[in-house]
Amino acid sequence: MNTTIRELLKKHAGLPVDVADLADGADLYAAGLSSFASVQLMLALEENFDIEFPDSLLNRKSFQSIEAIARTVASIVDDRKVA
Amino acid sequence: MNIPVNLAIGSLTERAGRVAAIARAYADQVDQKSRFPVEAVDAMKAERLLSIQIPTELGGEGARTGEIAEMCSIIAQACASSAMIFAMHHIKLSSLVEHGIHSEWHRGFMRRVVSEQLLIASATTEGGIGGNLRNSICAIEVEDGICRLTKDATVISYGQHADTILITSRAHKDAVSTDQVMTVFTKDQYRLVKTQDWDTLGMRGTCSEGFLFTGEAPAEQIFSKPFAEIAAQSMLANSHILWSGVWYGIAVDAVGRAQSFVRGAAKKSPGVVPPGALRLAEVSNLLQMMKSNVVAAIKSYEIAREDEEKLSSVAFAVAMNNVKIASSETILVIINHAMLICGIMGYKNGTPFSLGRHLRDAHSAQLMISNDRILGNTSTMLLIHKQDTSLLG
Repeated sequence: MNTTIRELLKKHAGLPVDVADLADGADLYAAGLSSFASVQLMLALEENFDIEFPDSLLNRKSFQSIEAIARTVASIVDDRKVA
Repeated sequence: MNIPVNLAIGSLTERAGRVAAIARAYADQVDQKSRFPVEAVDAMKAERLLSIQIPTELGGEGARTGEIAEMCSIIAQACASSAMIFAMHHIKLSSLVEHGIHSEWHRGFMRRVVSEQLLIASATTEGGIGGNLRNSICAIEVEDGICRLTKDATVISYGQHADTILITSRAHKDAVSTDQVMTVFTKDQYRLVKTQDWDTLGMRGTCSEGFLFTGEAPAEQIFSKPFAEIAAQSMLANSHILWSGVWYGIAVDAVGRAQSFVRGAAKKSPGVVPPGALRLAEVSNLLQMMKSNVVAAIKSYEIAREDEEKLSSVAFAVAMNNVKIASSETILVIINHAMLICGIMGYKNGTPFSLGRHLRDAHSAQLMISNDRILGNTSTMLLIHKQDTSLLG
């Protein structure tokens, strides 16, 4: 999943740094992720993983790092399996 | 003025009322001369209103945002510039109260605000970035426990009269423009060189001049929380609620003037409904909508502040943006209505029904953080935000 997230980051986040240079736990806001870019990224994640982010997960924490995004996406996918 | 100025007696609203009485006496002069409302601010200090928000454990009174908004409105009914200064001070203080409570230095500073009634100003605007306060060009540099900052601050409201400035910058010299921190500098730790005047349509007493800021202080005075989180969790809600409190106060006073005009006309011609009466009914409706909107915002902030997740949520940010847009737009419609009712007596200066200052002050509302910028921000969030369809929730 992290590879896909990295691809989407590269395409949509418009970071001033190379995504390949970022560790999975690196702070994306410190790397220059703007609120506009995080919205674009989220729409791309929804499209790619065929999920919908609930309002409760629309916060800074969910997009803090590649790890955090993977966790957020996984939790939505898991919830769907239960439902 | 035969008002006791050395004792803070009575409820918060009574104390704000005494400040308003003093602010009212100088409001026209402050406006005409575009000067700092020193009498009103001295009264705030005498009434110890600059520290009411600070928790009781640090010597303050633990006042809530809603109570402070009410006081903003009371003072704004007399002098909008004084009220805006009071609001801006408390917006900065909210960042200290919410995010400085676990830092020994910031706790000590809050005790100082209580004992010395320090007036706090804000320096977020910077030459080269426009009004986007979530971006900085300047960077703070830390060396051997000392932080140094130079900033081309194109607006620092009441900068020359403040005792402390809370200032934003990039977190370090290699940080991206959105990776920001906020730092407290007390008056003995900075120098201001004036670069821009403040000769404006309204809010003339806020003296929001531009300065070149240079400061040096112990690095522990930098807030440990990133400014992005401070902005989202305390500044956003407090700014929009307290500003709206000020604007509501301006609107209430305008409607009060219009109502006394209509009443006066009714007394002169008994049995005839004055021509402005229908407009008065209309404007009372608008005023009630504005009030309900601000009250609802205060209530949702009180609920959200107990829950950091909610406070940082898109739903909350959209709601707060909407409050600001609505009250800053409605205030102009309300004052225009009041002007239609009072006619030439409202248009003229120096009558009991004058509305020129109200109208000029109110025009700042859609510009202080441009409504276009806020709408742009909301429209981005609405791409992902799911609408809350409940009435009460």
